[in-house]
Amino acid sequence: MTGTSQMQVSDEVAITIDGMNKWYGSFHVLRDINLTVYQGERIVICGPSGSGKSTLIRCINALEEHQQGTITVDGTLLSSDLKNVDKIRSEVGMCFQHFNLFPHLTILENCTLAPIWVRKTPKKEAEERAMHFLEKVKIPDQANKYPGQLSGGQQQRVAIARSLCMMPRIMLFDEPTSALDPEMIKEVLDTMIELAEEGMTMLCVTHEMGFARQVANRVIFMDAGQIVEQNEPEAFFNNPQSERTQLFLSQILGH
Amino acid sequence: MSDKTTNPIAFVAKGTIPPAPPPASQAGVVKWVRDNLFSSVPNGVLTLVALAVIYLLLQKTVPWLVNGVWTTSSLNECREVLDGRVGACFSVLTERWHQLLYGFKYPADQYWRPNLALVLLLVAAAPVLFFDLPRKLLIFTGLYPFIAFWLIWGGTIMAPIVALVGFVAAGAVFQIYGRGSFALGFFGGIATALIVWTLGGMLIPEGASDNAMLQAVPSRDLGGFMLNLMLGVTCVSLSLPLGIALALGRQSDMPLIKWICVVFIEFVRGVPLITLLFVASVMLAYFFPPDATVDLFLRVVIMITLFSAAYIAEVIRGGLAALPKGQYEAADSLGLDYPQAMRLIILPQALKISIPGIVNVAVGLFKDTTLVSVISMFDLVGMIRGPILASTEWNGVYWELLGFAAFLFFIVCYGISQYSQWLERRLATDHR
Ligand SMILES: Nc1ncnc2c1ncn2[C@@H]1O[C@H](COP(=O)(O)OP(=O)(O)O)[C@@H](O)[C@H]1O
Ligand SMILES: [Mg+2]
Repeated sequence: MTGTSQMQVSDEVAITIDGMNKWYGSFHVLRDINLTVYQGERIVICGPSGSGKSTLIRCINALEEHQQGTITVDGTLLSSDLKNVDKIRSEVGMCFQHFNLFPHLTILENCTLAPIWVRKTPKKEAEERAMHFLEKVKIPDQANKYPGQLSGGQQQRVAIARSLCMMPRIMLFDEPTSALDPEMIKEVLDTMIELAEEGMTMLCVTHEMGFARQVANRVIFMDAGQIVEQNEPEAFFNNPQSERTQLFLSQILGH
Repeated sequence: MSDKTTNPIAFVAKGTIPPAPPPASQAGVVKWVRDNLFSSVPNGVLTLVALAVIYLLLQKTVPWLVNGVWTTSSLNECREVLDGRVGACFSVLTERWHQLLYGFKYPADQYWRPNLALVLLLVAAAPVLFFDLPRKLLIFTGLYPFIAFWLIWGGTIMAPIVALVGFVAAGAVFQIYGRGSFALGFFGGIATALIVWTLGGMLIPEGASDNAMLQAVPSRDLGGFMLNLMLGVTCVSLSLPLGIALALGRQSDMPLIKWICVVFIEFVRGVPLITLLFVASVMLAYFFPPDATVDLFLRVVIMITLFSAAYIAEVIRGGLAALPKGQYEAADSLGLDYPQAMRLIILPQALKISIPGIVNVAVGLFKDTTLVSVISMFDLVGMIRGPILASTEWNGVYWELLGFAAFLFFIVCYGISQYSQWLERRLATDHR
């Protein structure tokens, strides 16, 4: 066990999901999800493809609507009220599998756009903050390039910096390394580890089990729209209880 | 030696090879001609055929152009001067120059007004077309429509001022109330503008235009290429925002808005422009209050604008559809609201993709302005077909007149096309 997992987790609640269900048409994607995330927790979500991991974290910042149950983020109840939705989205950062940088804007503009327009930060201050976070993800020298000129790993780190510029209290990651070549995965994971060490609340869908062991203080296993098992990483990997978890782990770690 | 037989792969270069020019047969004109014109027998034959065709064309047109007569005052005089030689009768262009450009009723001592309006148009369009120019210039662009209206139509200066005040008041209402609720700001703005215009209209005294600084010129006195340019510029600049609104409306989540947009687009695209123009010239009056006499120019502008807006909407819809869903999601996840996401993220990219299509529509629209000649407006083609060709002096000068019309339109359309290519290159950021 490294030091990371023993880091302080406060008893202040960041996210509460209570009896949440979601359907795509008549297809029941998420079934009775109950989850409480505390401030400073680092949660890794894994599970087979199509099990609803992306859908779950996309519900948290209302990129997807849920049909039943409640989601409360930082004390704000997620409802169809657009004010609440915008408030939650500006508190919650998100990184996507395919980065989704804005190709018509420079790296710096990508990072300053939301602070300037959503938070009404003065331009100069927003640029200073953007440079600060670009330094943190170790690419300040690319600030005036366009996303298309950067490697995948660099783009994903810019995407992380872009989210951080909004000063989020929670970060969501949806398979941030799945679209990357192996040699670039490490640079992105290092950035995420650094973020975790600073106490950011993180929900991370990933199959990087090394990352889960090192950083997570809870691992959640999903299958067929359900949370099947959750535990501390040590216990989760060494002593999985459910048969489905065992099968999944043997497949993913077995080769 | 024995090394070589045992290890045939090993090799070491003996010194450096100095750079040398390519052999003569591989460079210069000879190579270019051989590669591009005579690379094989069929290509050689095609080259010769093409040269023959070009020669035949030039053999006919060059003497026609060179022998052209510029100073006579009728076609018969042209024929006398030419005395049987091949030659164009360009005198019609010099003699009817003002009619071709301004129509035959615009007061001749007032030609400076449309000329000035055209020069100012270039100034007003510059900051829109070349966005590296200082943004402050856009203020003049905003004022330009009112200035141009006053210059071209003349009459009391109160009319454009009241119109401007109406727009400014509507904009202010939208700024103040639109923040809370878009619908309130939008409809409040429209209502404000209507109120200002009605009140302002009552304030302008009857006959204010009679002794105005600029002599009033009614719309039916406009004509010539000026009319084509006016219709083209007005309709393109109105149909672009309308097309964007229709494209966004078509993919709206609100069924009513979506339906209105779909029905409108499909209907307008399914009707020939010429039909819409006839509607404008005879029937549109039914849709306005009975005592309102809506200017024919305005009616035509409305119809052409609606027509090309429907096409532009479809072009932009293609651009919107080409954007990955991730762009919408990234914008949403950063907390941008709908207008911000559209303005800052989605539209800049979608419009960039749509540039070739939009330019296509704009060029088509500009050329379609000549259709107004069939509803007895005397644009460039209307002037040629009507007053000029019907006159006894110039009856029968087809090539020169229509060639001139084609030449004017070609210059403008080629300019638009070159601009759009420059714009595409200037905006290319993502595929390097
Ligand atoms: N927009 C959608 N419409 C219908 N079905 C969807 C949609 N998005 C995802 N699904 C389905 O929902 C299930 C869960 O998807 P997802 O959350 O992306 O899974 P995961 O991220 O775990 O691979 C999958 O079976 C997928 O086919
Ligand atoms: Mg997924």
